[in-house]
Amino acid sequence: MSLEEFKNRNVGQQTYKMVQSDPTPKTGKEQFEQVVRRAFKGELFVGLYVTLREMINALFRGEMHTIKYPFEKLPISPRYRAIHDMLRLLESGHYRCIGCGLCEKICISNCIKMDTRYDENQRKEVSEYTINFGRCIFCGYCAEVCPELAIVHGARYETASEQRASFSLFEDMLTPIDALKLQQEYDGFGAISPNADQNIKKTPLAY
Amino acid sequence: MSNDITMKIDGIECVAAEGEYILNVARANNIFIPAICYLTRCSPTLACRICLVEADGKRVYSCNTKVKEGMEVTVTNQEILEERRAIMEVYDVNHPLQCGVCDQSGECELQNYTLEIGVDSQTYSIPDTKREAANWSSVLHYDPGLCIVCERCVTVCKDMIGDSALKTGPRGGEGINKDAKDTMPKDAYAMWNKLQKSVIVPSNGTGETNCSDCGECIAVCPVGALVSRDFVYQSNAWELKRVPATCAHCSSGCQIYYETKHTSIGDTSEKIYRVTNEWNYVSLCGAGRFGYDFENRAEGKNKEAFDKAVEALQKADSIRFNSVITNEEALMLQTLKEKFGTKLVNPDAFAFQKFLKAYSRSSGKTLYGSDFKEIMKSDFVISVGCALHNDNPNARYAFNNIQKMNKGAGLYFHPVADPLIASLGKSVECFTHKPGLEEAALYLVLDLFAKRERLPQDTIDYLDSFHSKITKTVQEKVMEDVTETVTDAKTGESKEVTKKVPKTIEKEIVVDENRLALLLGGKGDFAETFQDMMKKKERFSLIIGEDLYFHTKAENLAALVALIESSCDIEIVMVPPKTNSLGVALICDLDESAEGYCVGYNEKGDFRLSALGDGDLDMPAMNQQEGTLTNMNKRVLPTNAALEYNGYELNDMMVALEIGKHLTIDWTPMLAGKRGFKKANFDELPNGYTNSGVENRGYALENISTHAEAIQLQKFDESIALEGEIAYRCNPQRQFNDFSDKAHQIFEEYGLYASTAKAESLGGKVEVDFGSSKMIFEVISDDSIEGEIVRVPDFKSEKDIYTLFGEDRYKNVIIRKV
Repeated sequence: MSLEEFKNRNVGQQTYKMVQSDPTPKTGKEQFEQVVRRAFKGELFVGLYVTLREMINALFRGEMHTIKYPFEKLPISPRYRAIHDMLRLLESGHYRCIGCGLCEKICISNCIKMDTRYDENQRKEVSEYTINFGRCIFCGYCAEVCPELAIVHGARYETASEQRASFSLFEDMLTPIDALKLQQEYDGFGAISPNADQNIKKTPLAY
Repeated sequence: MSNDITMKIDGIECVAAEGEYILNVARANNIFIPAICYLTRCSPTLACRICLVEADGKRVYSCNTKVKEGMEVTVTNQEILEERRAIMEVYDVNHPLQCGVCDQSGECELQNYTLEIGVDSQTYSIPDTKREAANWSSVLHYDPGLCIVCERCVTVCKDMIGDSALKTGPRGGEGINKDAKDTMPKDAYAMWNKLQKSVIVPSNGTGETNCSDCGECIAVCPVGALVSRDFVYQSNAWELKRVPATCAHCSSGCQIYYETKHTSIGDTSEKIYRVTNEWNYVSLCGAGRFGYDFENRAEGKNKEAFDKAVEALQKADSIRFNSVITNEEALMLQTLKEKFGTKLVNPDAFAFQKFLKAYSRSSGKTLYGSDFKEIMKSDFVISVGCALHNDNPNARYAFNNIQKMNKGAGLYFHPVADPLIASLGKSVECFTHKPGLEEAALYLVLDLFAKRERLPQDTIDYLDSFHSKITKTVQEKVMEDVTETVTDAKTGESKEVTKKVPKTIEKEIVVDENRLALLLGGKGDFAETFQDMMKKKERFSLIIGEDLYFHTKAENLAALVALIESSCDIEIVMVPPKTNSLGVALICDLDESAEGYCVGYNEKGDFRLSALGDGDLDMPAMNQQEGTLTNMNKRVLPTNAALEYNGYELNDMMVALEIGKHLTIDWTPMLAGKRGFKKANFDELPNGYTNSGVENRGYALENISTHAEAIQLQKFDESIALEGEIAYRCNPQRQFNDFSDKAHQIFEEYGLYASTAKAESLGGKVEVDFGSSKMIFEVISDDSIEGEIVRVPDFKSEKDIYTLFGEDRYKNVIIRKV
């Protein structure tokens, strides 16, 4: 859709399509006739049939539609922005975060803080990482800016807890190492687009 | 002065000094020419070749091409753009894609120019070479993987600092494909060829640099290859708050930025992470760059101690303090003196004040004539009585820069031989004289440089008395014609053959012997050397150091300095002994010695105010308070508080004594009453540099004319020269005071510094007998000195070294092994 149509602000001159409906009754007689016609058309019984059918399906054929929250939860869109997850590299199990500090910088409510240091393997190590969820507005910038897809939004949308600290530390958000197999790749805000390969130029390599 | 010329860069008319480089003219006129390897104040390296421009139709490098009258420069055209793009592509070949963790964190010139020039694809490739990160010294960390070999570190170390501790070494990389020469732009090819062959290595051939650990190489590094060991992966640059300040360690008063951030997630108090500087215009020393964490973390306001302090100040007979204080604090102390008659005792500023007073009596002005910015333009520099390596790093940088940049020459008069100074330039003559002969050194300067018509007759006669004509036998080689008769063996014919044969003959010549030069330890052929040194020299400068203020004949020396200034066309600068000695000397009326009940401010006393956290009442350290400092360039410079301070400050005590102001900085305009200071509000003082390198910091002190008396010179007395075992009061190169000592990255220990040979003969521990008292020292071997004189540092105020040495900087001592 081109922008032209949005820019056309001459309201009233568009070609609207009118909804087809019966003419409105005008006299008392016409009104009475409409009531009788609608009441005795048999649609009442159609409705009763549908209800009965669904009841039987739910009770006897196992097609219940009610979700028993909090024991059951609906799947949510990958674009939903809930409590953050810290992902691990699938190959090594090491956490993906490289400590670049972009999430800390971009955070508009200043709720991310990290401490880094030079570790024994000459790498940058994140020695501490915290998100203050009392301040976080779940804007998703941190996930979008993360170059490693290390910090992403997870599906934990219940932000009620006995203590706020329960999910503000790095370890709490990090995929447990034994659940590495279950780690889902993130498709939401900031994830690589499906056609990313077509959008880049390749650098020549000498070997 | 060189003449100004007019030229055009991209059609914009620029006025510049003749002989200036195109790049500098462009920068001064806010015209952008990309350049990576060039450093203002240093010689062009020509490593990056990106500053390519077209001048009058020819392709030149703007960093090493001097402007000419009417020159027309085009910064970019299609060809140049292609060249620049190719250069940037080459720099990006195999550059690790770890910008995310790199300590440069976006303040990266490689990144900036890659984006500026719009490199969005790569055409070149070559196999990478494995290069391991290494620690070069206790503070330097080098990652060759990130290095783009622009050689800025090498250049600054040689041209500015003088250590020449770095050089380029072999990289072991694969050679570039031969076809590349024909297919790629030629400057890019040449640059790549060089890049592929080199990395930066310590110049002494080992894995460790043997240098003064100033960290200037870290400052100039355009990428994250050189970082201080302490800062590696500590913080992103953008998280740090930059607090413009003035370094408080020595009298250079360099402009610095304290960069602060919260300590950690658990500790939200501010912490200084590093110190940075405007490296194009000012070079720091190791103390300035690494000695920043000397703050006094006071717990809070201790009312009880405060009341005692106010009481102590009220009843004090004297206040002992040192020169690591602001002008404002000095003025407060002076106000106390005026109100209560308290004696103010500050040994370093007192000696300097006496010297300055004697100097102004003879010269008719309150301050020396020049400053270090000016003398860096000279091409002949003389240093008398200043341990250049240790007393003031910027004096040494100036001395070195003159040798390297202005094809200069230098004379260095000092009793402690320093191999580094001798290595700064080819025309540096070092006079290692006996301590006490500084007058002779100044007389020699007079003799060598004075315009005779400006000197009083008795001085001329006195100087002439040292000259004598002596006949000397020299050996000379001459070519002599020798005629021989040669008989040909075959024909039997005789022939006369003339040959040239070298022959040594003895010749008598009359030479002028200068007894002054010989007395000071000069070589016999000094007269000839001096003639060579003087060739093509136009501007002369003289650095006066602390040895002259702490000298039995200080007044005569001051008069001599004044006479040199008036008779020799030499620009004169003095190096104040400590941070703010000049400010204190101008603001306070100092007394010679303390008596009675004494309050010590960062010094010994019956009641101690201390910014070191060990006194009876805490005071803010220099990085926790605002105020002004007076530096050796005669400027009053503002410094700001980088860290919070919760305790009391001197002004609070003044308020309690009912002579205080609302804020400490309300004292700044009050300085106006003192010699040379102006009425300026603290908040209006600028602290920065302009693009053309003009120092726009604080304000310059006014040099006030005073009544000049006729100069009365005394002849020097050869007998006051010290013989035997001598101790010299001098700090190791990165130590200046208790505060530099407190900093965790300054490792120079307190001890007796001796040359390697001397240290070997002394052993591990010695007792030094100063006559009045004895002290036990660890002996530290120092390869930056030669000879027998040992150095006793004065940076620890608790050791009270000033009292031991009295009015001299050299003292006869007895050293015993323990």
